[in-house]
Amino acid sequence: MSKLLIKLCRALGYAGSNLPGRVALFLYPRILARLSGQCRSGAVLVTGTNGKTTTALMLTGILNRAGLTVVHNRSGANLISGITATYLQACDWRGRMKAAIGVAEVDEASVARVVREMPVRAIVVTNFFRDQLDRFGELDHTVTLVGRGLELLGDKAWALLNADDPLVAGLAGARRGPITFYGVEADADPGEHHPAREIRYCSRCELPFRYLAVTYGHLGHYRCPGCGDGRPVPDIAVTGIWQGGAGAGSLLAVRTGRGPVELAVPLPGMYNVYNALAAVACSDALDLPWQAVEEGLAAFTASFGRMERLAVDGREVLLILVKNPAGFNEVIRILLRDGDCADVLIAINNKYADGTDVSWLWDVDFERLVAGARLDRVTVAGTRAEAMAVRLKYAGLDRGVTMCSDLGDALRVALQGPGPGGRLYVLPTYTAMLGLRDAIRRLGYARRYWEA
Amino acid sequence: MRRSLRILHLYPELMNLYGDRGNVLALRARCRWHGIDPRVETASLGARIDYGAYDVIVIGGGQDREQRLVSRDLAGDRGHALAAAVEDGVCLLAVCGAYQLLGKYYVTAGGETFPGVGVFDLVTEGGDGRLVGHIAVAAEGGTLAGFENHGGRTTLGPVARPLGKVLWGYGNNGRDGTEGAFYRNAFGTYLHGPLLPGNPWFADRLIALALERRYGEAELEVLDDQMDLMAHREVIRQSRLDARRGSVRQPGKETGASPR
Ligand SMILES: [Zn+2]
Repeated sequence: MSKLLIKLCRALGYAGSNLPGRVALFLYPRILARLSGQCRSGAVLVTGTNGKTTTALMLTGILNRAGLTVVHNRSGANLISGITATYLQACDWRGRMKAAIGVAEVDEASVARVVREMPVRAIVVTNFFRDQLDRFGELDHTVTLVGRGLELLGDKAWALLNADDPLVAGLAGARRGPITFYGVEADADPGEHHPAREIRYCSRCELPFRYLAVTYGHLGHYRCPGCGDGRPVPDIAVTGIWQGGAGAGSLLAVRTGRGPVELAVPLPGMYNVYNALAAVACSDALDLPWQAVEEGLAAFTASFGRMERLAVDGREVLLILVKNPAGFNEVIRILLRDGDCADVLIAINNKYADGTDVSWLWDVDFERLVAGARLDRVTVAGTRAEAMAVRLKYAGLDRGVTMCSDLGDALRVALQGPGPGGRLYVLPTYTAMLGLRDAIRRLGYARRYWEA
Repeated sequence: MRRSLRILHLYPELMNLYGDRGNVLALRARCRWHGIDPRVETASLGARIDYGAYDVIVIGGGQDREQRLVSRDLAGDRGHALAAAVEDGVCLLAVCGAYQLLGKYYVTAGGETFPGVGVFDLVTEGGDGRLVGHIAVAAEGGTLAGFENHGGRTTLGPVARPLGKVLWGYGNNGRDGTEGAFYRNAFGTYLHGPLLPGNPWFADRLIALALERRYGEAELEVLDDQMDLMAHREVIRQSRLDARRGSVRQPGKETGASPR
């Protein structure tokens, strides 16, 4: 392997997270296979619509606790070029990898290619929601792409599949090797049916599934009214959940093959219950000690903008990424559980990485937020601030909404809402979150909450 | 006398691909703001429906799988009844997948044929790549702005009249510059999701047509739509930018990071 190539890519590394990977793959197409093949414990992939980043980060934390050095694309660069760039950054100047294992969150469309290149020991599939249809095309297509990746997976590698998502559980058919299903038996909000919930069908009868319980979006306990086929019994299951508010996390009772355990997850919301469960299921497949799992999860700190707490100007800012209806509806549930959310900043960008189509805002249950929460001051911002304001108007909130096109201005205005010691909820799309973090840094408040 | 309108949201759980329920939310809210009592009902597969008793019927878009179910459901008597209601002057808004099914037929990219209701004189065939982006359309009465995302290419027959002329975007097929279709008070369009909140003048036009049919008069007050019009203009601006970039998108192709 060319030392020059590594040096070149290191130098390019400053230009962005994808470029060096692209250049390296162009000059030496087998580079990812060469680098990842050196990790003695192989690699773990995490894919699916929601929860990739958080699940991968939880896994990394657990693996670290187990004493393994991990190479992980924590920047969220989840195409093959981004993953290659991550490995390039982690190797020494002679191209030698120090890390024992790789953890990669992988874009659904890239799974098959990544499986071909990397020594995959386990793959976690989180869920499939409608997301960025402008980029991916129809959802069935996305599922097919991930299924192709699973078919390519070796016989000894594990597939960790979400039993509660019919589309994920349905991937089991494409697998010859070992499978672990994970799922939630305890429903925090039993049987809740959102009007814009996505519908799922039995692949054999083409009939819509009936739900005995819904945990989140279209996830839950489903069965086909025709053939009776339905949710597989999970091998690892959450049997009890005690949830706190937005600032708190959940306590989980988990049934495992090694007996029952209790785990603390320092993040709120049902989707984080699933993220933690997926990480636990994968840790189990990798035979990691339980102590590492417990400690790794408990010590987890939110990733980049996913329920991140920042101290800004004497206020607590809760940064919660929103990107699709299922996730946003779950965030609304968390806000409502908090009781008195008075100050909210919603920043909707529609740049490429956000998805250019903001029609999905109409599948978010803002009616429920407006009816259930005390919303004294709402600020809307971003490239589609007006569209967001219109959505709130139709949800019944036409007064007390301030619109700012500039993210920095929006942040300054919104921060005036809560008094000192108060809390501001900031709900941005991906690129709006990057912009807001920049604004926070410019204001000189980049410290994390617990460091303040 | 307080006026009321009966609104039927057809196949709401099947045909709601991307925020299509926004059209129903907009009709309901704007009726209230106009002092009209909106009565929204829903119906789905296998329901026995007296379509003519409603004032406005709304159907959203769906994937091939949902379209197959709806196409079967509308085959035979139910489809005839829906077509008869349109003849009778009922207002109908059909978006994307529903628009295709109100034509004569839709042949998917996979070669499957879904028979249509035939309210509109048009046919649709799946094409190579999807037509995706913001779109602006010059329609009779105003500009329609929205977002389109469809693989099907629709060709209008000799009797069909387009809803409007594409200013920026693809429209029916990306070739002939037409978008959508209308017949009597029935409107079909590729502008998916929140078409009506994004184009308040068009929402009010549907309400007025429905009032006209039920009450013989259609007086509506002018509402404050300042914010809505700002959003509307932003979509038009973005449609101009999309048209400049202009390329048919191949789904699933690696073209950028997708941090989720
Ligand atoms: Zn079945």
